[in-house]
Amino acid sequence: MSRKLAAAPLGYLIVLVLACVLAPVLAPYSPNATDLDNVLSGPTVQHPLGTDGLGRDVLTRLMYGGQVSLVNAAIVVLTVLLAGVTSGIAAGFLDGWLDKAFNWVVDMMLAIPVIVTLLVVLAVFGGNQTVAMISLGILISPGLARVTRGTTFAVRQELYIAAARVSGLPNRHIVVRHVLPRVAGPVIVQLSVLAGGALLIDAGLSYLGFGAQPPDPTWGTMIAEASAVIDRQPWLLIPPGVVLGLAILAFGMLGDYVRDVTAERTERVPARPPRRPRRRISTAAPTTALLSIQDVSIALAGTTVAENLCLEIDTGQTVGLVGESGCGKTITGRAILDLLPAGGTVTRGSMVFNGTDLTTTDLRAVRGSEIAMISQDPVAALDPVFTVAQQVGELVRRHHGGSRREVRARVLDLLRDVDLDEKVAARYPHQLSGGMAQRVGIAMALAGEPRLLIADEPTTALDVTVQAEVLRLLRRLQADRGMAILLITHDWAIVAEMCQRAYVMYAGHIVESAPVRDLVDRPLHPYTAGLLGARPTRDRRGRRLAAIPGVVPRPSAWPSGCHFAERCALATPECADPVPVFEPEPAHQTRCVNHVLLSEGGGHERTSAECA
Amino acid sequence: MARLILYRLLISVALVFAISLATFLLQAAAPGDIARTILGDHFSPEAYQRLHHELGLDDPILLQYWHWLTQAIQGDLGTSPISGLPVAGEIANRLPVTASLVICATIATAVGGVALGVLSAVRGGRVGRAVDVLSLIGYALPSFWLALTMVTLFSVTVELLPATGYVPLATSPAGWARSLVLPVTTLALPGIALFAKQTRDAMLEALSRDFVTALRANGIPERSIVFRHALRNASIPVVTLVGLTLVSLLSGTVFVEAVFAMPGLGGLAVQATSQHDIRMIQGVVVVFTLVVVTVNLVVDLAYGWLNPKVRAR
Repeated sequence: MSRKLAAAPLGYLIVLVLACVLAPVLAPYSPNATDLDNVLSGPTVQHPLGTDGLGRDVLTRLMYGGQVSLVNAAIVVLTVLLAGVTSGIAAGFLDGWLDKAFNWVVDMMLAIPVIVTLLVVLAVFGGNQTVAMISLGILISPGLARVTRGTTFAVRQELYIAAARVSGLPNRHIVVRHVLPRVAGPVIVQLSVLAGGALLIDAGLSYLGFGAQPPDPTWGTMIAEASAVIDRQPWLLIPPGVVLGLAILAFGMLGDYVRDVTAERTERVPARPPRRPRRRISTAAPTTALLSIQDVSIALAGTTVAENLCLEIDTGQTVGLVGESGCGKTITGRAILDLLPAGGTVTRGSMVFNGTDLTTTDLRAVRGSEIAMISQDPVAALDPVFTVAQQVGELVRRHHGGSRREVRARVLDLLRDVDLDEKVAARYPHQLSGGMAQRVGIAMALAGEPRLLIADEPTTALDVTVQAEVLRLLRRLQADRGMAILLITHDWAIVAEMCQRAYVMYAGHIVESAPVRDLVDRPLHPYTAGLLGARPTRDRRGRRLAAIPGVVPRPSAWPSGCHFAERCALATPECADPVPVFEPEPAHQTRCVNHVLLSEGGGHERTSAECA
Repeated sequence: MARLILYRLLISVALVFAISLATFLLQAAAPGDIARTILGDHFSPEAYQRLHHELGLDDPILLQYWHWLTQAIQGDLGTSPISGLPVAGEIANRLPVTASLVICATIATAVGGVALGVLSAVRGGRVGRAVDVLSLIGYALPSFWLALTMVTLFSVTVELLPATGYVPLATSPAGWARSLVLPVTTLALPGIALFAKQTRDAMLEALSRDFVTALRANGIPERSIVFRHALRNASIPVVTLVGLTLVSLLSGTVFVEAVFAMPGLGGLAVQATSQHDIRMIQGVVVVFTLVVVTVNLVVDLAYGWLNPKVRAR
């Protein structure tokens, strides 16, 4: 909520409080003055909000009635503040069983039916409003107490506080300087909401006749009186209801505003509606490759995050896509399956898979059965509430159908294929290790027998020994099934071990591509050379680990020329202009003007303006 | 899981004791006593003494509580000094009304709220904004005011539904349903709004998780992603709302039964309060508390059933 929007509820509450406090000065009539000539008048000039069954002015009675309600709400809020915050802070300093006891009490109190308990208090104390409101405050304070306790406890656990406590920092100091500032936000949010709730309950109790006694007005009794004449003048319901409803709403909105301002911002990603087939006209050129990406640009929320991408994968081939984090590798992989985050689109180019342009077709027929994917965080990529068998089984049913028994048999086959024991079938994701989870992920990807597997950093989250096993598994499956793999990684060792060809990506550009051996032996782009230098290897032991100075620029801050120029040791003034793609060796392309400085031999040269 | 349930059970039993003891102690602390209430304004000191003794009010308060408790465990919640009726019998007579209200309202809340929440999470846009507006209305409008407005609209203006009263299910199922429409709607509206909002947030959270992308990538259709995977995950935080909703629904019956003149427990509590019939209202409080703790237990079991991580523990 914006600051401007928050001003409205605050303004309303200020006007309301002033109108009630200044009722004796402002109100046009006396609250109990009857005007029997104008009974149930509805809004008129003399009575802007009408009159009730005794001809009393509704506006006046609203103002006087608000006094009682607001004072009652204030009593509740103060009680909650005192009871909740003090007990919460105290509990935050408790340890052991006292802390547990506090939790018991809070859990118990949250299960108390508040209104009926309040009725007991009213029955015992003969309708004493103050006692009732204080009781209400105590009954609803555990929520706030729990929040305060949590914050206090967290502050206490922090290292510098723990250290200060050892050296004798008094608790009072910790509370005043560290705890109170931090709980202020959540406390204000809760109190604001509770103030609205207190108004609601107060009105309800006085509606039931447990508030101020007639003829003195309260909002609740005004509603009760209105209900008695509901068939003759329904209008009378409106003023007290609207005034009360708006007050509760205002408190709630203020609470929301404070929460928005104080809470840590967590970005909420809206769910993506299922896509309809995209209405683009294919620009695809004929190709023999399994997947041919031609001149593709990708935008996220209007910002271009990858441009002029060209990439080809042949049947059964493993192709690497290499680069630092934030270069656009994952986005590229996602774009192939039309799985960009909300607001992401392919703005240019074509992606031809097996003769059809993926950018212009509905991908439902392709996902899983033609192209599948395994992800970086294997455990998070599994649905936590279903067993392995249920998740793999759903995919088997989707792609192959069959009876329950056939599906089950196929699931077990798939698990065996990825070297998992049958027992794993009954497990939930949280019962799997990272390596096992990734094998399950691979089994799920294999369920539709895809011809291309996009593997996005498939081993980054795994231990080194498990990495090797998973890579070996991927290689074996590929050989058995003739499946192509697009391997997204930042690890040259994996590229060297797995891939025939690799594409190096930097800040949304593919800067170099070549057969892996050529790329590693004779990098023709300073970024590739830098990356290879940044890779720790045994023969360079004792030398300082080379690193590329600087960081990858954000997509919004890309230079117009070479994206790497700012970090490049070889940069010349030419690099400020857009860089074409060179092909100094067969099948070896680079997007660097100064690649000659890197190549010893030189060789024939060809410029292609489109693809690297 | 077993430990969680055991903890809940202990807390529940402790709460029922604590609530009943607290009402007893309140009685002792309060000005006036039952004997005086029964005798009215004019009585002789002897008569007062005699009644005081008969009612067991001479005993220390904890002993009185013990007497009450031993009988309560056998289902005897004492006798109302005002009406002379047994508290447990009165409650049993009125329970079906409140149970009809609360059960129907809970179902309406959960089904309506979850449906709206899923719809607004998946569709967004106009539906999302409508849910926002509805949740503001549900949050801000006092239920008894809403009830009166609905009576005006549906019973006074167009005579579509009965304005007040309750028809037992056994007498006429159709009449029972008609008599419940307005009160249940009023009761459920705030809860529907709350459920819709929480369901939407939980759905959006679930739909933004990694596994959704993985499932989409491997060809799971959107319908299964929304209704099988996201909804199942979202139901874990949402199911805990049922307990909280029930507490507020029970509170709501106090007002709604008053507006619609329904002879339920809420109405009994209000009547007992205005008559200072503490025995009676104490019984209602104990029954309400029992209902709440039972439902909390069921919610915990459901939570464990839905969440494999909890179940395994």
